[in-house]
Amino acid sequence: MADDRTLGEALAQRGISRRSFLKFCATMTSLLALPPGMAEVMAETLARTRRQSVIWLSFQECTGCTESLTRSHSPTLEGLMFEAISLDYHHTLQAASGTAAEAAREQAMKDNYGKYIVIVDGSIPLNAGGAYSTIAGRTNLDMLKETAAGAAAIISVGTCAAFGGLPHANPNPTGAVAVSDIIKDKPIVNVSGCPPIPVVITGVVAYFLTLGTLPELDAHGRPKVFFGDSIHDRCYRRPFYDQGKFAKTFDDEGARNGWCLYELGCKGPVTHNACATTKWNGGVSFPIESGHPCLGCSEPNFWDAGSFYQSLPTPTTSVTGAAAAAVVAGAAVGVAVGAVSRRRKSQAAKARAPLTVDDLK
Amino acid sequence: MSELEVLNWARGTGLKWALVIFLIGVVLRLVEMWLLGRKADLSVARASGAAAGWRTLFTRSIPTPGLIKTSALVFVGGYVFHIGLLIVLILFVPHIDLFRALLGFGWPGLPSPVIALVAILSMAALVALLAHRFMHPVRRFLSGFQDYFVWLVTFLPLLTGYLASHSPVVSYTSTLAAHILSVELLLVVFPFTKLMHALTFAVSRWYNGAIAGRKGVAV
Repeated sequence: MADDRTLGEALAQRGISRRSFLKFCATMTSLLALPPGMAEVMAETLARTRRQSVIWLSFQECTGCTESLTRSHSPTLEGLMFEAISLDYHHTLQAASGTAAEAAREQAMKDNYGKYIVIVDGSIPLNAGGAYSTIAGRTNLDMLKETAAGAAAIISVGTCAAFGGLPHANPNPTGAVAVSDIIKDKPIVNVSGCPPIPVVITGVVAYFLTLGTLPELDAHGRPKVFFGDSIHDRCYRRPFYDQGKFAKTFDDEGARNGWCLYELGCKGPVTHNACATTKWNGGVSFPIESGHPCLGCSEPNFWDAGSFYQSLPTPTTSVTGAAAAAVVAGAAVGVAVGAVSRRRKSQAAKARAPLTVDDLK
Repeated sequence: MSELEVLNWARGTGLKWALVIFLIGVVLRLVEMWLLGRKADLSVARASGAAAGWRTLFTRSIPTPGLIKTSALVFVGGYVFHIGLLIVLILFVPHIDLFRALLGFGWPGLPSPVIALVAILSMAALVALLAHRFMHPVRRFLSGFQDYFVWLVTFLPLLTGYLASHSPVVSYTSTLAAHILSVELLLVVFPFTKLMHALTFAVSRWYNGAIAGRKGVAV
């Protein structure tokens, strides 16, 4: 709830030393591709900053994004910094419930109008008047519009909030849409991923707190510093792709030798994210390093891109039936056209008048 | 529509319809040609026409002596481009992956840098052949819209395929989508343009060889 401590004070009370804090700022500055001198600026700015009011709206989602940030590994500075912001509203994490919970959101909005950050995870259903997902009797659409009105910025966390995600997948029964499909007048950052990388979420918050603006975004509204490169470009297995060495199954010699997973359906070449550089679980590993192809979870509509285990050049739908029908249809049309041609030929032969000497005169 | 959505469309609906049009067109034209038939040859055969036909299928792929002197660029460029295109098409691992998905079987491929080199050589040969067509007065006179059109639809898959893994500016997603779409364009126009020669060359060569062989001409 309302808390006047600065971020520096909050971290100090959690036993975070200044050395650790400076290391965090240096790492974050590096990750965000800022000049080295910005590490000190970030440290000073963050330490002085009042705990930023954050309202976290969880809509049509699975809580995986929250799990990613809070439970993926033992407490780290990123995690503690997340706790050090003033998280004024979050279904899963807050103690209050019912009317008290909604009152907390309304109070935070009133106290920090125009200054608070809204973090959204989950898509927003529009079908059936939004009845597929409601909170305290209100539709997600209604709550998002009301909360976004006083926000300084919105961070769409996870692919559902950023692009519609799983609920948006064909046939999209709930009419799920992304936050950016509804809110047009506020700066929005999409931190996509299913779930997104914790340090990317923290990085965007740290950037905003330090510089007061949002980082440069790509065409999908994602921070370029984290989503600028494809997984394929940064993958340590890339040399095997170039050499044409591919694992054919999950337990063949290629798989044991750590060869490229392209033929097992890896979507790394069409996926932009920081998994191959920041990695997961405190930098331990990432899916490809663990022997599983990239699913492409940070890209729009990745659920509709065919099977996860189907390689990129292969068709997303079966073409066998259509191809067989096409051959039969082609043969039928060919027979018809051939018959017409033969008939025309024989008619021309019958109609042909014999050449006479007179014709040559 | 995002670039990934375009790619997904190209890999799904686009590919299906392109294949349908390609197969209908190819089967239609082959059946039509076959039904037109040929007049029965009542003369006494001096040698086996069929054997000569099969021989011609391969012997005509070997350059005739002196051709390199009369038109070196067309000679070298033609061979480089045709062989290069075939190598890129059937020996690039992702392409083999597609064939495996469509046909149910695959074969070993070549390393990506080798394919990239072959693709560059093929594109260079195609550009040289186009320039030659422009500069040579007789070739320019004989060339129509379709000649330039089929050049373009053949060149585009090579260019977009190369860019898919070598473009520093455009993303792999966009170039891969453009590559698959360009191949689909090639499939759609294939049966109805001069590109059909990729299949009919074998039939016409066989007939030419068979006609000559039957008359006792050595082929």
